[in-house]
Amino acid sequence: MQKFKIEPKFRLESLIKYYAQWIREGKLKVNSDWNKDLKIKFTVQDPCQLVRKSLGDPIAEDLRFAVKAVVGEENFVEMYPNRSNNFCCGGGGGFLQATGYQDARRKYGKIKFDQIMKTGAPYCITPCHNCHSQIHDLSDYYEGGYHSVHLWTLICLSLGVLGENERVYLGPELAELGL
Amino acid sequence: MADAAIKLGTEPKTTFFDKVKGLLPEEGHLNLCLTCGACSSGCPATGLEDMDPRKFLRMAALGLDEEVTKSPWVWMCTQCRRCVYACPMSIDIPQMVFQARKTWPKDKKPQGIMGSCEQALRTEGNSAMGASSEDFKFVVEDVLEEVREADPRFKDMQVPINKKGAEFVLNQNSREPVTEPDEMVPLWKILHLAGADWTYSTAGWAAENYCMFGAEEEGWEQIVRHKVKAVEDLEAKAWLNTE
Repeated sequence: MQKFKIEPKFRLESLIKYYAQWIREGKLKVNSDWNKDLKIKFTVQDPCQLVRKSLGDPIAEDLRFAVKAVVGEENFVEMYPNRSNNFCCGGGGGFLQATGYQDARRKYGKIKFDQIMKTGAPYCITPCHNCHSQIHDLSDYYEGGYHSVHLWTLICLSLGVLGENERVYLGPELAELGL
Repeated sequence: MADAAIKLGTEPKTTFFDKVKGLLPEEGHLNLCLTCGACSSGCPATGLEDMDPRKFLRMAALGLDEEVTKSPWVWMCTQCRRCVYACPMSIDIPQMVFQARKTWPKDKKPQGIMGSCEQALRTEGNSAMGASSEDFKFVVEDVLEEVREADPRFKDMQVPINKKGAEFVLNQNSREPVTEPDEMVPLWKILHLAGADWTYSTAGWAAENYCMFGAEEEGWEQIVRHKVKAVEDLEAKAWLNTE
């Protein structure tokens, strides 16, 4: 909007901030008890657009606060580097839709794939549509075996309200949990 | 006696580099490169098409316009800005890449991006997947009805569309309503349980903007203005992005 000199009469916000705020205020009564014994590890992708390019490290902290509240602090694994210094997944800037450049996109993504594999986590939380698709594709292509999941799926899982049809991106160990 | 100075064969010209400098705030700091290579060592696109961010900038500085602007590498940079973050002089290489994308004729740009841009311009919701606002509304209402029937805890859940004066207008990536509508449900449940005052808008509901990626500035601006107007027409306090 700045680029086109538009001065909007409203604020621009990310839902990630509100996930954290609503959890802090007790409006979203999430907890990580479901993962106490399962001990399933989760890592998180800091989307470039959300973190480095717009709201910076504070939103990365909100993201971690929400993720830890939902999966349990002890089950959260950082990938390195992270936050504003994180590597792009390779799905952004139109690369996912850039017909004819698929091989290059996967080569680009190899860094991200290795970063995720090093965490040893079977789940990567991807709070961005491009990241979600690209990280999912990288797992398939390089046979990483990890899952790429939206944050909303895990929030609802921890609230005990995740429906049967809302589990496409979860592995078999979570397919029926809390149903 | 030293050899005579080398004479370059070409007349001075206005290069791509000069043009981009003229377009960017503080000239994008393009003249401040220390050639340290911090940009390239931290860029996942380094090596693709035998190119990297430093090389791209240096070649442009040397006036190698054709080689720079025509490199398919401009579509392999994801505009992630990690190079700018790493650069001690904050040189805006992604903006150079964007300007290089602009020099490509429409029919040579990646067709996936261009197709999505055209679909967005064609639809009231600016949907890159070409979904009409009627279809969007129908899918939302249909899925909502199913959830209300299936789960008594959500029998009163609302998914407002075009509600005036709500705190948030929420955008929605086309992918969900078009290919996996059930993925919208967890989002609605969260908003419902948090007691959020929100609405979708049938105008400009789609979150994506491929005209931006395609460096189609007119289309990009048209989409942004359309979405801004939609949020203002609904008198919302905030435009809420799902991500």
